[in-house]
Amino acid sequence: MGYVAVRGGGRAIEESLRLFELERASSGASVALDRVQACFPDAIDQVMGESSLYAPRLAALAFKQARGSVEEAVFLLRAFRSTLERTSETCVVDMEDMQVKRRISAAFKDVPGGQVLGATRDYSHRLIDFSLADETDGDVRDAAARLRKHFAEAPDDARFDGHLPKVLDYLRDQGLIPSCENDDTPPADVTMASLEFPCVRSARLQTLARGMTQAVEAFGYAAIRGYGPAHPTVGELRSGTVELCVAADASDDADPLDAFYLGDMRVCEVESVFEVESDAADASGAGLSFDIGYGLVMGDTETKAVAMSVLDHCLELGDPRYPTQDEEFVLYHVDGVEAQGFISHLKLPHYVTFQSKLDTVRTARERQAHAASV
Amino acid sequence: MQRLYNFAFFDEASKREIRRAIVKGISVPGYQVPFASREMPIGRGWGTGGLQVTLAIIGADDVLKVIDQGCDESVNAVNIKKLVCATTDVETVEDTAAATIIQSRHRIPEEPLRSDQVLVLQVPTPEPLRSFEPSEAKTRALHAEADYTGAWLGLFDRIVRFGEGSTGADHPCLVNGRYVMAPSPIPRFDTTKLDGSEHLTLFGAGREKKIYAVPPHTRVAPLDFEDRPFRVEDFDGLSCRLCGASGVYLDEIVDEATGETVHQCNDTAFCAKRRERAAAGDETKGE
Amino acid sequence: MTDMEQARRVEADVDSCDPCLSVSHLSLRFGAGCPSCMAPDAALERNVCPVCGTVHAVRDVSFDVYPGEIVGIVGESGSGKSSLMKCIYFDQDASEGDVRALPFDGGAGNILDLSSQHKRRVRNTVFGMVYQNPYLGLRMDFSSLSNIAEQMIASGERRVDAMCERGYELLGEVNIPARRAKDAPALFSGGMQQRVQIAKALSNNPPILLLDEVTTGLDLSVQASVLDLILRIRRDYGVGMVVVSHDLGVIRMLADRTLVMLDGRVVERGLTDQILEDPQHPYTQQLVYSLI
Repeated sequence: MGYVAVRGGGRAIEESLRLFELERASSGASVALDRVQACFPDAIDQVMGESSLYAPRLAALAFKQARGSVEEAVFLLRAFRSTLERTSETCVVDMEDMQVKRRISAAFKDVPGGQVLGATRDYSHRLIDFSLADETDGDVRDAAARLRKHFAEAPDDARFDGHLPKVLDYLRDQGLIPSCENDDTPPADVTMASLEFPCVRSARLQTLARGMTQAVEAFGYAAIRGYGPAHPTVGELRSGTVELCVAADASDDADPLDAFYLGDMRVCEVESVFEVESDAADASGAGLSFDIGYGLVMGDTETKAVAMSVLDHCLELGDPRYPTQDEEFVLYHVDGVEAQGFISHLKLPHYVTFQSKLDTVRTARERQAHAASV
Repeated sequence: MQRLYNFAFFDEASKREIRRAIVKGISVPGYQVPFASREMPIGRGWGTGGLQVTLAIIGADDVLKVIDQGCDESVNAVNIKKLVCATTDVETVEDTAAATIIQSRHRIPEEPLRSDQVLVLQVPTPEPLRSFEPSEAKTRALHAEADYTGAWLGLFDRIVRFGEGSTGADHPCLVNGRYVMAPSPIPRFDTTKLDGSEHLTLFGAGREKKIYAVPPHTRVAPLDFEDRPFRVEDFDGLSCRLCGASGVYLDEIVDEATGETVHQCNDTAFCAKRRERAAAGDETKGE
Repeated sequence: MTDMEQARRVEADVDSCDPCLSVSHLSLRFGAGCPSCMAPDAALERNVCPVCGTVHAVRDVSFDVYPGEIVGIVGESGSGKSSLMKCIYFDQDASEGDVRALPFDGGAGNILDLSSQHKRRVRNTVFGMVYQNPYLGLRMDFSSLSNIAEQMIASGERRVDAMCERGYELLGEVNIPARRAKDAPALFSGGMQQRVQIAKALSNNPPILLLDEVTTGLDLSVQASVLDLILRIRRDYGVGMVVVSHDLGVIRMLADRTLVMLDGRVVERGLTDQILEDPQHPYTQQLVYSLI
């Protein structure tokens, strides 16, 4: 079918959209939003995280509308997010108050509170489970009942109340991590002001947290592989839910107990430890100490959180020899919506600019031919 | 889960913020004002900057024209027009003279614009020094100090190596004797129309989060050397095969039937208007 | 600038007995410093403060350069000679000090205090800089002519033909054939790159040239031609020069007066001949004896 981009564009778009809808509808199947939400929680997490909008049901709808493309679902949700007014800000969340579902440390075998492996596919074999092919809703319900019973019979000492101290406090107490003052500067909002360089850390962390998951992982991988010397040890990875509250009144001395509880949000936090050379002027004079890279992402996207902690540390170092330590290089290029948009814009007509280029190249060639003939 | 959007898509606070950036841009011609570019329902790089500017300034009485590559009916132009109409219900036209806001990608209409019209140009790469200096922090310092050696050197090097300093579209210009500006990828042919124009031109770069402006009656000088003056695309001796116009920006088309190269107006609304007038003239004569 | 103007300027410079460049009490530190190492004659471990760890790269250096004179600065690597040069050329912010450049403002102000815009003007019109590493001084992917044109453009020249003409003239001056003029320095040998750098440094007829280890790493025969070129430039243009080198042989060839630097300070200074004949400081003696 012929495609005329210049004339009749209005009709062409309409027909194109119809054709696209036909492709979708031809499957003859639809999936209820509840099912999307129930069956694809990891995709929903990724969509919400990259959109920086915690709205599971909307994310599920976007995911459905996007026919399962995460990139497209993020695009939809981000555009929706721009139209929302910000009515209030939540109170600061202390990650120590997290209701932990899983918590591991690669640094210490015995951490106060213990390692909590929790639910993870880390140690599963990546073999295709053919039994899922014919799984019914009944099967799923049976499995849930069976497993609930199993965990109800677990011995008491295998339970914990979900509250755990932070692993790195142990290193802090020993003075191995430089302690720093609380910084109460209001954080930047990268969705309300454009990035300025050098970036404040809050802007950097936000940009990484909402960055394209695979881009953050790719840059983080490049950093630990050799393009930016970063050899992290995951001091603590904790994943679970945090409570979000809004203060009853905006004044500074508002009683935190008066705050309104909004709900829970699933997050994953990583604190990575890096060995660094400390200033020679350090009082201890030890020469070596530890520094922390921080990662915090929405949902359960653990690999992204670890990669984010690596990049946070890299950007803190800021050695211009390494692309992974170059703020502009990393922060400008991790955004999925911007990357997708600019790359795909190459498909737009460029007739006018190309005509102009033609003119330039032809003129230059004519001049050279003329010069050669003289 | 039906939801209604505010007039012109954004909430009022967002529109006000964009307008503040626009006012600043007008006050400092050619200076790139950083702004909190919002995520839009169309792709980054597909005109979100121009769209945000249009949505921020549009009122219910405005009449909108959107063109892409000189054409109102081009897919992307239609797409943008659809979004603005869906959230504002403003009237849209193809006739340049009838519009109050003209959003465009890569072209300035042939018909001269008036002081009551605003031209909104979509900008992919607002930084004229980017090819010379990749770092934003550094290019901002270069602008602050009006150090444009890099832009000139790029032109000089092309002349030395290729005997031709023209850059294709998006030829850098010095605005009001102070800031060097990327005029967006309009052909060099259109760049001269920005100089001392009657109308206000606003530039929106969504992905790069910058807004800048050329107010009416502002000097816009394409960078060139005294002995290598700025040169626009050459259409000498060519005219539109449809309306006969010469001295306009022409598309080069291969006639599939004859295999010959033919030319026609790139500005399709302009061409159509000329042909309508000619036809009307013929009819009058016939009567 | 026309030849006449050039001649007039040289004449004027010769007439006056004022230095064209005057550096006083210039220091460069990395670290905050402490009472113990900020004292004028503080004892340091090489150039590091044993108490607070501050590195004193340049300590209280003063010297003058007169028009048509070549001042040599010799020292081993880490002695602070290149850091000193970088401070004068604003590549590095000095911790303190006063630098006057007569051709800029008659010596009215400390050029280290200028705004970055004015500093750029000083770099473009008063100084010509040649780095040891040509990658610092040249745009390797631009043509040689463009490299030479850069500073002319920066100081407002807008005529292509005039800049090309000057470019060819200077390339001839440094013995680079005209047919290579449109090639990028990336395609050149080290010696040729160094000569393009010198041609570039000369493009605006700067009254002061700064040369940092310009012959280091070059073959001996190439070294000789570059040294020759420098002497010819002094003779033809009458510019004042500061030549930094670890090689006393180079300094002997070029410099009228010499400063010997060690651990960030000047340990000996005087006429080059005098220093070579009768070195006073043990370090200088060691340098001179190793030369023979």
